[in-house]
Amino acid sequence: MAENDVKLLGSWPSTFVMRPRIALNIKSVDYDFLEEQIASKGELLLKSNPVYKKIPVLIHYGKPICESLIIVQYIDEYWSSGPSIFPSDPCDRAIARFWACYIDDKWFPLLRRLVVAQGDDAIKAALYPVVEGLVLLEDAFKNCSKGNKFFGGDKIGYVDIALGCFLGWMSVTEKMNNIKLLDEAKIPRLYKWAGDFCADSAVKDVMPETDKLAEAAKALLPKIRADASS
Amino acid sequence: MAEVKLLGFWYSPFTHRVEWALKIKGVKYEYIEEDRNNKSSLLLQSNPVHKKTPVLIHNGKPIAESMVIVEYIDETFEGPPILPKDPYDRALARFWAKFLDDKTAAMVNTFLREGEEQEKGKEEVWEMLKILDNELKDKKFFVNDKFGFADVAANFMGLWLGLFQEGSGVVVVTSENFPNFCAWRDEYVNCSQVKKYLPPRDELLAFFKAFLSAASASASASTSAKK
Repeated sequence: MAENDVKLLGSWPSTFVMRPRIALNIKSVDYDFLEEQIASKGELLLKSNPVYKKIPVLIHYGKPICESLIIVQYIDEYWSSGPSIFPSDPCDRAIARFWACYIDDKWFPLLRRLVVAQGDDAIKAALYPVVEGLVLLEDAFKNCSKGNKFFGGDKIGYVDIALGCFLGWMSVTEKMNNIKLLDEAKIPRLYKWAGDFCADSAVKDVMPETDKLAEAAKALLPKIRADASS
Repeated sequence: MAEVKLLGFWYSPFTHRVEWALKIKGVKYEYIEEDRNNKSSLLLQSNPVHKKTPVLIHNGKPIAESMVIVEYIDETFEGPPILPKDPYDRALARFWAKFLDDKTAAMVNTFLREGEEQEKGKEEVWEMLKILDNELKDKKFFVNDKFGFADVAANFMGLWLGLFQEGSGVVVVTSENFPNFCAWRDEYVNCSQVKKYLPPRDELLAFFKAFLSAASASASASTSAKK
């Protein structure tokens, strides 16, 4: 068991689970990773997150914290002596929170629609709004990064984590459907950022390899499609 | 000189959350009423992504999303804290604020739409209320018995939900089906931390009655036009 009693309920293919894993890595915090099974939800998960019954859940000294971005903020605030995930200026912090809201509330549902789409017509229809969103995020990157490698500046920050966790599934979707999401011509900054993000020491061990994820996607997609339509 | 402007709709719970936070901190601000049918160029420039209120403009820099603005106000201005200090309590406050916000679209569907959309909205709102009824049993505030962030986010459920029910005639909440939620709500609108900051109920009700009947009239008109 990890010395400071940190457990994370999750599963390795999950984009949202990756967020707290990256945050814990940034802070060099050891944790027990408790893999949830896809087919059934374990008792600990149902007890720790009775409202949503979803991963990730961080359990710190027995107390559960739910919702991936809320967990990331908790990690940043609790382990405040480690590298900061949020910028220090309140206005920059508000902008970071704004873009994370946009990513989760507006852009992710579009990405999910693309991931579950079947047939050329459905894929084409789903692709355009996702790319439109990425063009908007390219602009956000320009403003937030201020010429540096990441949204957070010279190191990974909140918005990098919020968006970067989707890169694995974006890559799988590109390959499966023979489409381009990270188009270097359209979004050159995000294209470069994606490479830098995946290579970062806090990310590279938790970002699944595309082939391994593609294999897992075959089993996961029917369930994701069922959840998306309910 | 520090300059604070708030662009909003007087009848909106989201604008109200921001005004509430500014008043808690004693911040002087200029309030600019927006017209949803004729949004100002300042609003469109300040929130080009969503083109929605509320937007806070502080020293020329715009901030959007009501609870993001509330958190910004809490971090920037002196005065009573809105978010608690302890990281775990902060996580709980953020969790409940997000939960309260997640069902906004379902609320709109329940009271403003008809048919299948309305039924689906009602189901989602019902599920949300079951959870709140369980959570709010014998509770005055969401986190540690102290008024704060999640309670500000709860203004929609605390006041506006009742107004929507009365204004539309669509009833989802009764003290029979959600006794704990109703007990919490009745306390909420009367407690000192909330009461003095709430907008006038009668004016809001009159506004929503007119708004909801206009929305329903235009929905019927478009339905009969389709026949």
